[in-house]
Parts: sequence; structure tokens; C-alpha cells
Amino acid sequence: MTVNGTTVDAEVPDRTLLVHFLRDVAGLTATNVGCDTTSCGACTVLLDGQSVKSCTVLAAQADGHQVTTVEGLADGDGEMHPVQRAFHAEHGLQCGFCTPGMVMATVSLLAENPRPTEEQVRTGLEGNLCRCTGYHNIVRAVLAAAEGGEGL
Amino acid sequence: MIPAPFTYQRAGSVDEALSLAAEGGDDAKFLAGGHSLLPLMKLRLAVPEVLVDIGRLSELSYVREENGHIAVGALTTHHDVANSGLLGGELPLLAHAAGQVGDPQIRHRGTIGGSLVHSDPAGDLPAVILVLDATLVARGPAGTREIPAGEFFQGLFETALEPGELLTEIRIPSRPRPGGPSRSSPSGPSTGRSSAPPCRATRWRWSTWDRRRCGPARSSGRWPKAPRRPTRPPTPRTGRARPRTSTPTVATASTWRGSWSAAGWPRRSHGPETGGNPPSGAPGSPRPRAPGHVGGFSPARPGAA
Repeated sequence: MTVNGTTVDAEVPDRTLLVHFLRDVAGLTATNVGCDTTSCGACTVLLDGQSVKSCTVLAAQADGHQVTTVEGLADGDGEMHPVQRAFHAEHGLQCGFCTPGMVMATVSLLAENPRPTEEQVRTGLEGNLCRCTGYHNIVRAVLAAAEGGEGL
Repeated sequence: MIPAPFTYQRAGSVDEALSLAAEGGDDAKFLAGGHSLLPLMKLRLAVPEVLVDIGRLSELSYVREENGHIAVGALTTHHDVANSGLLGGELPLLAHAAGQVGDPQIRHRGTIGGSLVHSDPAGDLPAVILVLDATLVARGPAGTREIPAGEFFQGLFETALEPGELLTEIRIPSRPRPGGPSRSSPSGPSTGRSSAPPCRATRWRWSTWDRRRCGPARSSGRWPKAPRRPTRPPTPRTGRARPRTSTPTVATASTWRGSWSAAGWPRRSHGPETGGNPPSGAPGSPRPRAPGHVGGFSPARPGAA
């Protein structure tokens, strides 16, 4: 599969989950394993541009597809993605465990709806849980990223 | 958590999927989006030996209008159902319900067929499919057949799919046009309301109040008041007011368990994705059940990793 623009070729057991492939094979450990039950969204990545929970996708299902993790958002010069900048500026995190998933879910949300209302942001992030309950700043960050607009 | 070991096979066509499932034997299951099956596999509530991945069969992902009905491919994701312009205009109930399934990530992967074949009464879509009088199209080793939604759901995690059958399409009658014949009230004028199909279901199965609520006479914009419940005569507190009866009116846990066993509900147990188990022995023959069999799924194998 192609991960963050780089082809990753490996033979893994059939039951390997995508999140474990990303962390253990591709070495991309920003994607966290949270609840492991398709609930918390900490493992959210983009599969062909759409947000998915990588704990509930087999690596074999993603074979041949484009996968993007939070490590792949910044450009080659290290310039952060507008969503990352918005999370930084609005302090859209506390402990940071949910942040990679939140950021990836936000990228997917804004790709589908570039100008969401606050309610649409809260609904659009319902698949991501923040164990610190820091939702207000996360929502502000998403709205700020949408406000910034360009580059998403 | 990771699933117990299995053999992954990817189908390139519906025919190949049916063939692979048949070769896989009794414990092969179809894998579509995987958002019903994989969580169960992680919990060892489903332990298939073979997974036949049908997720790339793009020919089963569509929404289109055909002769008097809307056809939805079984592999159409909840996201695509929810955002379908055709469904939003013709069957807004289905589009709305699909938009309520799980969360955005789940809707990106989960499919309408997988959700229906999972046959979870707590799911968002089975009730909607029943209300809309849908017909489900299945392909199997014996060919293609159509199953009315009212016959498709047979119990908890149990459908009418035969072993080796694959749900391929959901057909829903188009919404009645204003001035045209009404599906909800064949003998009366069309209500012209998109809520007519749900009212049909409530008129069939729910209370008198619901019948009044959904009746064609609703024109004031207000819901009629619910009728007053008949008051029960006061029960004397002394003596034996009512004779004891040997037949309980409310099923107990033991009677429920007995009825489940008597019904033999895992008999047609099937995978929670868009297909049933491949053939095992004679068609329709009861499958042996192991103690502790749960929800129509194969029990966890001792020692499974």
C-alpha cells in the first residue's frame, strides 16, 4: 500500500489490522490504539482520502490503496498542515492522545464540508473521543481551520 | 485485540466470491466493510476460518432508479446512501437513517448490505428496510432470488439467507407521486407525504393511537390526543383477588431460552456481513450447535489466539 506517498511493501499475517501495520511495520507510531473497538477514533487515518478507524480495517483491505497518517500531513519542508496549525493555535489538545485521530477526522470533515457550522463540527467529530474532555478548544480549532480555508 | 487466525481471500467478482465461499467450507464468511464482522471477530464471537473479501466489487456499489423502484447495491456505504441525491429526494427516510449509523468513519466503511445481513435488531437500517417494504436480492449457488424484507429478518442475527448466498441488492418501491396511487392507503387518496411508508408499518403493528396518528385524516397539523387508557378495577388487598393461573403471561428467562432452543435459530446462522455461510451438508439441514453458542455465530475455539 502507499502510506503518506511512500510505497510500503510487506508480507504480514492475514489478520493484521491496519493500525498495527502502520505502527509496527511502517514505523508510523503517531496513530494510536485507543479503545480498539471502533469507538474512540484515536486510530483514525485517511484511506483514499476518507477517514476510517484503522483498528477495524485489515491491512489486507488497504492493500493497493492510499493511506495517510498524521505524519503525512506536513509538507516536505516541515510546514504544518492548516489543521495542525489551527489545533496548535487554539490549543486543541490536552494530553494529546486523541489528537492524531482528531486531526485526521478534521481533515476528512473539512474535505467534505469546508465551511461547517459549530454543530456540524461537533456532529462530524462524534466518532472521536477526547478523554480529557477538551472538546471546546478542539471545535474552535476546527472552525479556525475552516476559517483559514485555503490549503485544506 | 486482533482476530483469531483466518485465511484472507479477495474476490474479483460476485461469481468468484460465491466460488471462494463454497470452497471455504462451513466457516467461510463474506467481508464487506467489516464494521460488523471484524469487531465480533476481535471478541471471538465470530471465528471464521476463511474471509472472502468482497469489498472491491464496485459493481455492487450504486444507487439507481429502475422500473418503479430504487435499487441500492449491497456494497453501497452508509456515507454514499446518506449523501445520495436520488435517495435524498425519493427515500429521505433511508438517507436520513443511513446518516445516523455510527459516526463518519464507520459510515465511510460500513455498507448497507453488511448492516442488513448482520440483522441486529438494534441496528439503524433493518427497521427502515421493513418499513419501506424493500425486497432483498440474493445470489447463491442455486441462482438469484428475491426475498421480501418481511421474510428476510428471522431473528437475532438471523436472516433468510441460505448458506453460501450473498446479498447483492436492495430494491425499494419508489415513493408514491402526489396524485398517484398511494402505497400506504391503497383505497384512499395519496397523502403525498414522505412519511407514508412508516405510517403503514405503524398502522399494521402499533396501537390505536398510532393508527389515528398516521391515518389519512390528519389535516389539522396537530397530532390527535392519545385515548385515555381504560382504568383497571381496583384489586382487593385481602383474599385471593384473582385465581392463580398456571400459564404465566410474561415469559421468563427460562422460557425465553427454551424458545430460542426450540426455534433452532442458529440453524440458518450466517456471517454478519453480506452473505451466509457456505453450504454444509444438505441444504436446510440443521447445523450442530455447541454449548454456549451465541448469537448465531460460531463459538470461540478453545485455544484460539
